[in-house]
Amino acid sequence: MWQFFHKLGSPKWFYGIATRLMPWLLVIGTALLMAGIVWGLAFAPKDYLQGDSYRIIFIHVPTAFLAQSAYIMMAVAAVVTLVWRMKLADVFVKAVAPVGLVITFLSLFTGAVWGKPTWGTWWIWDARLTSMLILLFLYGGVIALDRAINDEKSAARAVAVLVLVGVVNIPIIKYSVEWWNTLHQPATFKLTEKPSMPAEMWVPLLLAVLGMYLIFGWLACVRMQTEILAREQKTRWVKDLVMAGRH
Amino acid sequence: MTAKAPDIRPVTASVGVGQAMKSVFLRDVRVAFRQRQDLLNPLLFFVMVVTLFPLGVSPEVSFLREAGAGILWVAALLSVLLSLDHLFRHDFDDGTLEQLVLQPQPLFLLVLAKTVAHWILTGLPLVVLTPVLGVMVQLPGNSIAVLCLTLLIGTPVLSLIGSIGAALTLGLRSAGVLLSLLIIPLYIPVLIFGTGTVAAASEGAPVGAYLALMGAFLVLAVTLAPFASAAALKISLSNS
Repeated sequence: MWQFFHKLGSPKWFYGIATRLMPWLLVIGTALLMAGIVWGLAFAPKDYLQGDSYRIIFIHVPTAFLAQSAYIMMAVAAVVTLVWRMKLADVFVKAVAPVGLVITFLSLFTGAVWGKPTWGTWWIWDARLTSMLILLFLYGGVIALDRAINDEKSAARAVAVLVLVGVVNIPIIKYSVEWWNTLHQPATFKLTEKPSMPAEMWVPLLLAVLGMYLIFGWLACVRMQTEILAREQKTRWVKDLVMAGRH
Repeated sequence: MTAKAPDIRPVTASVGVGQAMKSVFLRDVRVAFRQRQDLLNPLLFFVMVVTLFPLGVSPEVSFLREAGAGILWVAALLSVLLSLDHLFRHDFDDGTLEQLVLQPQPLFLLVLAKTVAHWILTGLPLVVLTPVLGVMVQLPGNSIAVLCLTLLIGTPVLSLIGSIGAALTLGLRSAGVLLSLLIIPLYIPVLIFGTGTVAAASEGAPVGAYLALMGAFLVLAVTLAPFASAAALKISLSNS
């Protein structure tokens, strides 16, 4: 157990594991996502109320899920950075923040596209939309702070503090905007209840969600590897790796 | 340099935590009163931002009555934001901050004392000024009273959350804009509840629950923000 923990702190070890893991993540993730989206867009039954327009749910919900989980993952990594000073944790935060930003934007964008036919407007100051918008701002702040600090170690720890402050605030934002104003439908999946939609709808949705997570994992690996190579460029193993790649 | 407290016991009779906080607080107030213009600027800014709305949007009584509390809250928020840069900047530049970090007393309590001084010097004057501006934006007396109360509870929260941002951006290029980017998202809940309380009051609804929630924010901010600021300060100092 502890050996695994120590290995996890080694960028070299992670680089190797990620190289082996990435094809699986990409292939399975793409397959699941494609299956979910094709099934959802082409074969799932129409919604009795919203007709075909509801089908954007197969993209909207996975991105929205991921947008929030990515932040929580960042927060966990931030704790690890501050407590154990583990290099990989801060590589993770740095690598994932831009991905989170884009995913959050996608979920807002697909939400807007969905809102137009169903609510008759691209944007309303609704609780869910507003809190996602604030999440977007939080990601933006994390990226901005990271770019502003030149020293790598200070940047990592400062960003970790900011991420943690943000995560304290996320439930507060969520409930404050929810009590303030809401129109968005309640959550699609709950751990404690059966989904309120038929299986032909929620199964493809679940596939798309899982696929999106795996592709996110792949993206995180790619970006972390790049960051590791940049940071460790003076070490022996990176030089060997690069030289080996030339032949 | 790393900001670790040296393992040296003070030779003289040790200064208690309360005494240390008090002297940090008094020092900040004293220094601030030597540069009175800096104290006045956020207040002027507050008044000017409020002035922009009747001129820029509409001087209609109905609009002002509807939006007045929100305008005042946003203006107060912005002016606290503007003043945050001063919270640690001077002490950072002249090295006082390093001395504070080296004190045997816990840094977060000293930061708390600094933040309280900051609130007394910027937040509290805003609250005092609010009734005048409230009358100017045609708010009824009851709303003005509730607005003052929400600002009284809310502005310390703004100062406390802001101290984290000020500490994080210390010594960075274009710290001012960056500070706003980091802090504004965190200010949103306070703004929502602050204006929500006034809106409820103007409809004659009871405001006790709203005020209790804002009080909860204050308690949360007082207990957590100084830790985050202290951690951020140490990081910023080790950076320079």
